[in-house]
Amino acid sequence: MSQPDNTSRRAFLRNTFTLIPTVGLAGGVSLTAKAAEAPPNLSDYQPAFFKSDEWAFLLAACDRLIPGESEGKGPGALDTNVPIFIDRQMDSPYGHAERWYMQGPFVLDGSPDLGFQYPYTPRDVYQKGIALTQAYCQKQYGKRFEQLDAATRDQVLQALEANQVDFAALGETQKLEASEFFSSLLENTKEGYLADPIHGGNKHMASWKMLGFPGARASYRDWVDQHNVDYPLGPVSLTGERG
Amino acid sequence: MAKQQPRVDAVIVGLGWTGSIMGMELTEAGLNVLALERGADRTNEDFAYPKPADELEYGIRHTMMQKPKQAAVTIRRDLNERALPQRKLGAFLPGDGVGGAGAHWTGVLIRPTPTDLQLKSFADQAFGKGVLQDDMQIQDFGVTWDELEPHFTFFEKVCGQSGTTGNLNGEIQPGGDPFEGPRSEPYPLPALQDTQNTEMFDKAAKQLGYHPFPNPSANVSRAWTNPYGMQLGPCNYCGFCSRYGCLNYSKASPQTCILNALKQRSNFAYRTNANVTRVELAPDGKTATGVTYIDEHGEEVFQPADMVVLASYALNNVRLMLNSGIGAPYDPVARTGVVGRNYAYQIGGGIHMYFDDIEFNPFATAGATGRMFNDFSPGNFDSAQYGFIGGAKMHSSQASGTPIKTPLPKTAPKWGQGYKDALRKHYGHHMKLSMTGSVMSYRSNMLDLDPTWKDPYGMPLLRMTFDWKQNEHRLSAFMRDRLREIADVLKPDYRDESFNLEGSHFKVTSYVSTHNVGGAAMGTDPSTSAINRYLQSWDVHNVFVPGGNAFPQNFQANPTDLIGALTYWSAKKIREEYLKNPGPLMAQS
Repeated sequence: MSQPDNTSRRAFLRNTFTLIPTVGLAGGVSLTAKAAEAPPNLSDYQPAFFKSDEWAFLLAACDRLIPGESEGKGPGALDTNVPIFIDRQMDSPYGHAERWYMQGPFVLDGSPDLGFQYPYTPRDVYQKGIALTQAYCQKQYGKRFEQLDAATRDQVLQALEANQVDFAALGETQKLEASEFFSSLLENTKEGYLADPIHGGNKHMASWKMLGFPGARASYRDWVDQHNVDYPLGPVSLTGERG
Repeated sequence: MAKQQPRVDAVIVGLGWTGSIMGMELTEAGLNVLALERGADRTNEDFAYPKPADELEYGIRHTMMQKPKQAAVTIRRDLNERALPQRKLGAFLPGDGVGGAGAHWTGVLIRPTPTDLQLKSFADQAFGKGVLQDDMQIQDFGVTWDELEPHFTFFEKVCGQSGTTGNLNGEIQPGGDPFEGPRSEPYPLPALQDTQNTEMFDKAAKQLGYHPFPNPSANVSRAWTNPYGMQLGPCNYCGFCSRYGCLNYSKASPQTCILNALKQRSNFAYRTNANVTRVELAPDGKTATGVTYIDEHGEEVFQPADMVVLASYALNNVRLMLNSGIGAPYDPVARTGVVGRNYAYQIGGGIHMYFDDIEFNPFATAGATGRMFNDFSPGNFDSAQYGFIGGAKMHSSQASGTPIKTPLPKTAPKWGQGYKDALRKHYGHHMKLSMTGSVMSYRSNMLDLDPTWKDPYGMPLLRMTFDWKQNEHRLSAFMRDRLREIADVLKPDYRDESFNLEGSHFKVTSYVSTHNVGGAAMGTDPSTSAINRYLQSWDVHNVFVPGGNAFPQNFQANPTDLIGALTYWSAKKIREEYLKNPGPLMAQS
């Protein structure tokens, strides 16, 4: 089962197939109208939900959660429009907790194993979590999160993750914990990085190309019995973009 | 005063597998049948390519699942804990809308064994006194293998079951499960293709002396026309199966197998966004007069009917019985009552293995792809010496390669450059060894009505009291050791494992299983079962309750085949006896 030339062959196949969309777009050919709409540049994007100071936090945090090429192979959260994904999610049924059971009473001292009990939608969690984290950074460093250098931002994120930032001491009244905010932020960042580009992130399916996931091709009858062989085709998105 | 609709012969609450089957059977008997579905309508067009191929929408946001907003379950682990509502979905994912969970299940269509149906009799014979926990209250189903066999066979034809026959009329067949009960006919279709992990698991299991066979599948391996004339196309291994609607007409579901045939019948109708809140009873409480539902405009409607079939999800069937006063609610302290008694579940566990130099192409798969062996189901090994009853199917299945759910080693960084490196290194190089285990029923694992929280219509939520018990912890430890031996043969570069062992409690925060069973168990004794062996309420004879709720405890595999077979079994009795002479089908001696 050994394949000594695995990596180089895969790289060759990937490079070959990445050329396809360039040609297609240059010739004005697109599979659907939606595919023709190029994803926006992150720097041009006007967030619909996040206020400008919240947006600055989100960009600075996502950049540390999945850093860009400057730190090693593979695209980063900012390269792939992850903050745009999160902004769009805030106006989805998810952001509004539309499908969740949100009737009181809200019991906040039960076992964490019984699951989410906050009276907060994801929109609330972001607004409160960002404000509380900024308050923490001001207190700790006299600066806003996005003004901190990368290593210090990592320290703040680690402190949130380990629940070492005391949100209650910073004014939180409903027991929202730093680790809860962090895990939502991390989860949504990964979703935006790995979901279909139709949701606003994973620009040009960059993460799928890195992984070797063929996206919405969804037809492998001829491949299922080819064991331990690299799948040669690049990904396709829900709107027909090819990578 | 509620609005009233014209009377029908039979009203079916919920239009998933059991509702669709009952719809076929009762319309065939000439009844005017109306199905009320609380979710939205869904047809095959809703699953047209490429719509289902959207992991965020279906795999993560659970768009096809029940909305806790409509009816959350409150959960506690023991009778003294305060139950809290499951505000967002986690441990289990009941379906919503036409097709129910049958529209987005994985498609493992496997029978229980003859022993599983008579587990109490088996326990009495094979276990000495004092071996098993004394708060265990396992029971026989009250129906035997021979009685159900024709109904398994028919439902499997409806689904185009694909697999390898192991026991044909008592003759053991090569390549199949030698431990399966005797089948009267072979599998309708051959097994699905093997994937890389399947091949590896098969080899290692055989090396250890086990008897692996292809996962019995309702993702069809070949084109199939079922007894209703519905056509399924061969599975194309699209990789979007469990939690997704099928984009290829290949996964058996109410949509692909039954509904288009049923909808052609002039004596069948259905309404969607019709949320049944309770069954209405005659003043003497001995018969139902129909059901009350909230329509899409939020208006309360009374639907009169001569017969009521509760065909919603197991948990909701129990809730409807409790909210309607059908049968005595179970009291775990006084040990009286039956509705809510014998709630059970499924226990899982597994070993994640990572092989740096093997490409698994995990996206190229059907939901049911994989192999399993049944050497550790009850009666096939001596579990008494390990102090537990039950068993597990041991398998390596490959349900999906969708990237958000990519498993990574526990030691991999959760974020930062290290996370990205781990994704690149491990995606596509992972395979899993799993055990899917039985869960017995116990005095304090139960369902009742929550005293605090209500749904948007003011009806109490269902309260679940459930925890893992010593028996299941022991089972997990035993199966873990066996899976470790398989991993030792396969020699991955890295592995980690997760099992529910002694001291671990039920957690609602991450997915466990949507095999919630029991709560309105079937049986032959009205003091320990809510419905008789024909799935008829002991107390209200024109109410039938087909579904996973009927299991008195859970066996070590997937419930759908048994649920389908039980529904046909019940329908047969209704058609042959009940309709001619409506009344209790079993005497309450």
